Amino acid sequence: MTDVAWIDAALTSARPQAVGALLRYFRNLDTAEEAFQNACLRALKSWPQQGPPRDAAAWLIMVGRNAAIDDVRRSNKQEALSDEAAISDLDDAEEEIADRLDGSHYRDDILRLLFICCHPDLPATQQIALALRIVSGLSVKQIARAFLVSEPAMEQRITRAKARVAKAGVPFEAPGAVERSERLAAVAAMIYLIFNEGYSASGETSGIRMPLCEEAIRLARLLLRLFQSEPEIMGLVALLLLQHARAPARFDANGEVVLLEDQDRALWNQNLITEGVALIEKAMRHRRSGPYQVQAAIAALHSRAARPEDTDWAQIDLLYGALEVMQPSPVVTLNRAVAVSKVRGPEAALAMIEPLGDRLSNYFHYFGVRGAFLMQLGCNNEARVAFDRAIALANTSAEAAHIRMHLDRLMRDCQPQGLSPVNKK
Amino acid sequence: MLYAILCYHDEDFVGSWSKEQDAAVMSKLAVVQDKLKKEGRLGPVARLLPTTAATTLRKDDPPVVLDGPYAETKEQLLGFYIIDCENLDAAVDVARELGAANPGGAYEIRPVGMFEPGARAK
Repeated sequence: MTDVAWIDAALTSARPQAVGALLRYFRNLDTAEEAFQNACLRALKSWPQQGPPRDAAAWLIMVGRNAAIDDVRRSNKQEALSDEAAISDLDDAEEEIADRLDGSHYRDDILRLLFICCHPDLPATQQIALALRIVSGLSVKQIARAFLVSEPAMEQRITRAKARVAKAGVPFEAPGAVERSERLAAVAAMIYLIFNEGYSASGETSGIRMPLCEEAIRLARLLLRLFQSEPEIMGLVALLLLQHARAPARFDANGEVVLLEDQDRALWNQNLITEGVALIEKAMRHRRSGPYQVQAAIAALHSRAARPEDTDWAQIDLLYGALEVMQPSPVVTLNRAVAVSKVRGPEAALAMIEPLGDRLSNYFHYFGVRGAFLMQLGCNNEARVAFDRAIALANTSAEAAHIRMHLDRLMRDCQPQGLSPVNKK
Repeated sequence: MLYAILCYHDEDFVGSWSKEQDAAVMSKLAVVQDKLKKEGRLGPVARLLPTTAATTLRKDDPPVVLDGPYAETKEQLLGFYIIDCENLDAAVDVARELGAANPGGAYEIRPVGMFEPGARAK
């Protein structure tokens, strides 16, 4: 257990609590981070010999705090203390910690740390980068790689975000109930964004960006452990787990997107599905629905279908209907239309998305879906127009390739024998 | 004599293992389990889902269902059941039924992730 990789895992898992507590002591993000860094260096020196402490977070908080206080003293007195003096109370640090650490702060410490990354002045990309740096402790290099930008560019982005946060001031008073739930919602949204950054990766970059999904799941689980009775946080964790369960089947060997209905379901991660389904069941017992729960319930229905034709589309249609009420958006309606096409046929689905044309006129998926409905109705020329538009709007080569596959099918089916409209009732 | 071995660890820490680290631990444990299995001495083995998936039934009058694991320390773990249920509601119903037969204390209901029935002789 003294292997460096294991120490790394221990430091990573202790990080949010430790940095959160240090931030509460020093009320300065840089000082808190530096103190944690110092504590980590000492952990790397001392843990391999003495073995890891029972409570790694408490050890790191204590050592980090002492080191930072010594730093301040040293610079005040302008005299150097020996290393031994600086860490003199390390050996029995663990004994004292239990008394000195106030466990009740722990939850708000971590929430605060996550929350300062969600400052409304920060654009989404900066929020995510900041959270990955501060809360997750990813290196700038790792984050830059995941975002597919250069290291200096990412360094600059994080520095800017930190400066904004510092200027805005960090809220240190313990939050009231309303404020806490607002913070929780902001943090949940930010974690969802991190996940989406990884999930929306193309085939070529999915390997590099996959860690973003895993990190988002780790943070979401952490949040749920702090707020165990929040059905929406259960829903968030369930949603992320159920989406991520399909990751191994989402791209083929050439990095091309594989649609849900064409995925090899044997590749889906059953462990994640089990956990996701367990969480959504638990959330729904509260009878306090919300967008994350509804989306997770939809994902759960997909994951429970052994074959695409076993999918409970009628239920999915109802759930999207509920989501439309909670979170009206043309994209939600577009998704609902796909379920509607399975339940009531492409004609009804097409009628449903017709009014969205103005608002989704630059949205790749709108034209992809529209083309598919038209194709099912046998309106081949109109379908081709929609697919051409989709290709023009494609964000990735994989998206374009996927639509081209439809076009090829259209061409093939248009040969002499003609196309028989598939109209499932 | 049959013995139950109950596994405790820091969930944050275990949750921070990479897939490879997790797999490495599981395969090292499998070596020990396989040996016991060959000797016909291994009963059921289960890996529980994280405590975030736990629900607790306090066997008060009336019983109260709470989210999360059982966190009190004044009671001790005295036994456990493995039951097969359609969903959490059904599992809570079973716990209520058991609770009615034996009030006081609590049941923690935790979904089982991995389950090995084991291979005990006789």
